[in-house]
Amino acid sequence: MASLVTASTRSRAARRRETSSERTLISSVALNRPRGKIAYRVTLILVIVVFTLVFIGPIYFLFTDAFKSTQEIITPPPTLVPHSFVPSNFTTAWSRLDVGRLLWNTIYYAFGALVFQLVFDVAAAYSLSKLRPVLGNVVLFLMLATLMIPVTVLVVPQYVTVANMPFFHWNLIGTPEAIWLPSVANAFNIFLLKRFFDSIPAEYVDAAAVDGASPLMILWRIILPMSRPIIAVVSIFSLVAVWKDFLWPLLVEYGYTPTRETLNIGIWQAEVGVPENLLIAASAMAAIPTILFFLIFQRNIMAGLTAGGIRG
Amino acid sequence: MANVLTGAARRAAAAPAARRRRPVSLLPRARRNAGAWTFLIGAVLCFSFFSWYPIVREVIMSFQKPIYGGGYSFAGWSNYVRIFRDPTFWQAWRNTLEFTVLALLLGYAIPFIVAIVLNELRHARGYLRIIVYLPVMLPPASALVLFVYFYNGQYGLFDDILHFLHLPTSQWVLQPGSGFFSVAMLSVVIASTWMNMGSATLIYLAALQNIPGELYEAAELEGAGIFRRIRHVTIPQTRLILILLLMLQVVATMQMFIESFVLTNGGGGVGDNTLSVVMLIYQYAFAMSGASNYNSASALGVVLMLVLAVFSGGFLWATRERG
Repeated sequence: MASLVTASTRSRAARRRETSSERTLISSVALNRPRGKIAYRVTLILVIVVFTLVFIGPIYFLFTDAFKSTQEIITPPPTLVPHSFVPSNFTTAWSRLDVGRLLWNTIYYAFGALVFQLVFDVAAAYSLSKLRPVLGNVVLFLMLATLMIPVTVLVVPQYVTVANMPFFHWNLIGTPEAIWLPSVANAFNIFLLKRFFDSIPAEYVDAAAVDGASPLMILWRIILPMSRPIIAVVSIFSLVAVWKDFLWPLLVEYGYTPTRETLNIGIWQAEVGVPENLLIAASAMAAIPTILFFLIFQRNIMAGLTAGGIRG
Repeated sequence: MANVLTGAARRAAAAPAARRRRPVSLLPRARRNAGAWTFLIGAVLCFSFFSWYPIVREVIMSFQKPIYGGGYSFAGWSNYVRIFRDPTFWQAWRNTLEFTVLALLLGYAIPFIVAIVLNELRHARGYLRIIVYLPVMLPPASALVLFVYFYNGQYGLFDDILHFLHLPTSQWVLQPGSGFFSVAMLSVVIASTWMNMGSATLIYLAALQNIPGELYEAAELEGAGIFRRIRHVTIPQTRLILILLLMLQVVATMQMFIESFVLTNGGGGVGDNTLSVVMLIYQYAFAMSGASNYNSASALGVVLMLVLAVFSGGFLWATRERG
């Protein structure tokens, strides 16, 4: 698919070049007329101002309210610029909500789930795409069929299963495996990875096999190095999914001391009994890692969102 | 599916013949298959335990009842009868429908319009794309806690804005009342749209960039104005993605949980006016003391699964490419 993606972007660029530059809904000719220029300027400024207010505005309050004193935050009207400056909100919230541990739990669950998904889903997609075992197509069909069934409707039987695993009689509730293992059952990953592996010509694999490379060696030395783009997409989806998940961690990691909750659950739980400014300070701290993650990887995230496919 | 079956059948038919002709090839082939299955087995086990088995088990559990002292016995349709008799069940469905309709009005049309506007701009595109997508990346609880504060009836920001505009203030999510378009549900939808619209916008934007420029050129030469160009070029050219996102969005909004759960702190609003179906599954299974019952929750899960399956199937059938 690397080749597919670049091919499609190349052809799009080529098409662009053939047709009069970057023609969109409104032609650049119309925009270059005096009236067009004014209308464009006005629209541009309006869009920038409105979008900044709507999307950055709330985030601005997320970070400034975190500095306000409890007195200021519960006194109407809300202040645009904090009158009080209480940076100790952050340290108080950190210790009161145990943000450090919540953050660590979330990272631990997210990266653990990533490792499990990469190992098992890549291996499965490789097997289905290149090794093609008996009944492989049936397995693939059954996996893809689960895409039709939304995850949330299954929470009850999933919970009961995780609480008492068939055959093994393990109770995974409260363990990280309760998040890691179910995350592997992700048909979307299998679909993306298999589609990508399918686009890798069989000649590479055959040539390596003739030279005596084992299937594992072929996966490691040939398939994986060629699959970096799709691995990146799957990894980002997987990390973000665990980071944002709510209902499942609420069921399986809630109510332990010391806490095994994720950031989302910890913040929800603190809604009762924790002053508003501390809650917002904790929310701001919870938001910082994802904002940084997004700003660093925004190119990959947006490319993955649009090229890698669509998921809800 | 037909392909899968015929493929498997063909291979099954070919296997004995091959065995008869070349008995030597049997062992390497078995070894090759065993090798391939070693790669597959981890994912297959996870799918079995956490996806395939729960699907079957949900249906089974919905027809069972717990026996005193452990275990389950057959319960017929009693779980279904019980949930159908529960007034909260109908309330939750009505609320979920209300949320879906409102979320479509806001969250389906707005991203498309926003994408069209962004696609026309020649400046600040990177910045606008980033800020539209930024809320999607926040942990949902952080974003919703912020909205809890904005919606606060005494010192919230939104009431202050209404006050400034000399409009009557509101209790927002905690506003009583259960008309079909209640203020409470609208508040949930606003927060939800703010949090989620970035992904749809970027997907539309990618689709818009794939529209060949000559189509607009031709339409303009024929004298089509901006709105007719949108209607006759933009929308037909992005039809597939519009249909797909409509379906995905309906399926996603029908499963609404976290928005109402955090905004009302697990309560479901005043008089349950923002309680969704998934919240009711949660309440049946885990929250109601005494009435706590996995079996009723499973029955509700089966109903939701059927509704979504019928919707998706019907939708795909109605929008299939004709001719």
